[in-house]
Amino acid sequence: MEHIKTVNNANLKESCAKGGCGECQASCQSACKTSCTVANQECENESRKGNK
Amino acid sequence: MVHTFYLNGYYIALDVNSGAVHVLDKLAFDLLNKFEDKLPEECPCEFVKELSEEYPEQDILDVYSELLSLQNAGQLFSEDDYERFTDMMKGAPIKSMCLHISHDCNLRCKYCFASTGDFGKGRKLMPVETGKKAIDFLLTHSGNRHNLELDFFGGEPLMNWDAVKEIVDYARSKEEEYNKKFRFTVTTNGVLLDDDSIDYINKEMKNVVLSLDGRKCVNDNMRLTINGKGSYDIFVPKFQKLVEKRLKGENKEYYARGTFTKNNLDFANDVYHIADDLGFDQLSVEPVIADASEPYAITEEDLPTIFAEYEKLAVEMIRRKKEEGGCFNFFHFMIDLDQGPCAIKRLRGCGCGNEYVSVTPDGDIYPCHQFVGNDEWKMGNLDDETLDIEMKDKFACSNIYTKEGCKDCWCKFYCSGGCNANNYSFNKDINKPVKLSCEMERKRVECAIMIKVAMADK
Ligand code: SF4
Ligand code: SF4
Ligand code: SF4
Repeated sequence: MEHIKTVNNANLKESCAKGGCGECQASCQSACKTSCTVANQECENESRKGNK
Repeated sequence: MVHTFYLNGYYIALDVNSGAVHVLDKLAFDLLNKFEDKLPEECPCEFVKELSEEYPEQDILDVYSELLSLQNAGQLFSEDDYERFTDMMKGAPIKSMCLHISHDCNLRCKYCFASTGDFGKGRKLMPVETGKKAIDFLLTHSGNRHNLELDFFGGEPLMNWDAVKEIVDYARSKEEEYNKKFRFTVTTNGVLLDDDSIDYINKEMKNVVLSLDGRKCVNDNMRLTINGKGSYDIFVPKFQKLVEKRLKGENKEYYARGTFTKNNLDFANDVYHIADDLGFDQLSVEPVIADASEPYAITEEDLPTIFAEYEKLAVEMIRRKKEEGGCFNFFHFMIDLDQGPCAIKRLRGCGCGNEYVSVTPDGDIYPCHQFVGNDEWKMGNLDDETLDIEMKDKFACSNIYTKEGCKDCWCKFYCSGGCNANNYSFNKDINKPVKLSCEMERKRVECAIMIKVAMADK
């Protein structure tokens, strides 16, 4: 494409297939303590990691 | 839904529901901005006409077909079909806990949300027995979750350090039997750190949060000792020692965590101070949460200054990454655009009151550390073995679709609905986000996305 460049391979839709396991961090304690920017947290789901 | 914004020379479009991020040229940006919803097969004549004053007609049609192909690939105006997952967290195990090991503190920070350590309920240390009961509670309420998080919080945890050690030992002794892995973290103001506690923290705590505010004058204006003196000179050498030793060990995670207020809206300078002068490269500097009546509270009129400061910081971080080959991490600008949390996780910001609870020295259970001390939100008690399941469900069912304005907010899958406690303290409703916090969050996420875009631009 000439006019548009896509910078990532994000696919939130696909993320649901193996998502919701609940192993990841559940509070804002790791850094901020007053809010969560969820998008910067790490996924802890091994089966999702292998299947990007 | 598509969010477009211009920042630091980049025309950026975020397709909210797929998470795709696109960089556009000005024409593509102008054309895309004409659409509020899905693109029709043909580009509407009036748009071609409007833009043809500025651009050649063929270019407009070319751009349109590029936009259309992204839409067909599910990367533009994709649907939000995640509402069906909202009930998934109802009945979730409790796997994360904040242990208020000390409701006492050796500092008197002016902005402390814990009323300088005692949460308005009297200064108190948690007995070891209560801590052990809390561990048992977590072991038995965490269902099939393997990773358990336990944060030692206060007040100042180092004021009850022997109890921390005993509780850690107790928890570790149960890991195998229950097939669980505890991840301990601690938040400290550093005043009481010594070689022993530093080594212990570095050995046992997966993450440590070091509270400081940046430049000495800024820190010492807010973070005071009991005698009203500045605390900077007391903790700085101790924090530096801790981090230096930590980076040689197994647990490397830490955050230097500061608060900015109306008094230091030039907080980027505090970030640089912490990074360059103190040598800490994992930073989190956040806006103060305070009642608008406080002189240091951030108010609407501060927003333009804060936005400019965030932009300045983002641009400097890009410069360092590109020219110096590396830069400190700034917590709120960290974002994983490729493989972040799943969409289900993103429906709520935290597990407050559902997967996560706070326990006080008296064994009282609250939805999270910021609700502690507010009787209305007491969820139960370890000694009475009570737990308010109705309240738990209330939190489980709160998500971006129940929170006012979130469903229509482009930032919903990054912010995930803001902070329940903040919402409650300002708006008396966990489902009603605080406008001021939203504005700052959206700016931070724009900056975070822009940094990624800039880094992809060689
Ligand atoms: S660990 Fe990953 S898949 Fe599991 S809920 Fe968290 S983000 Fe989703
Ligand atoms: S920024 Fe505000 S409106 Fe948007 S998702 Fe977050 S809390 Fe909701
Ligand atoms: S409600 Fe707010 S303070 Fe409590 S855990 Fe969630 S983000 Fe943190």
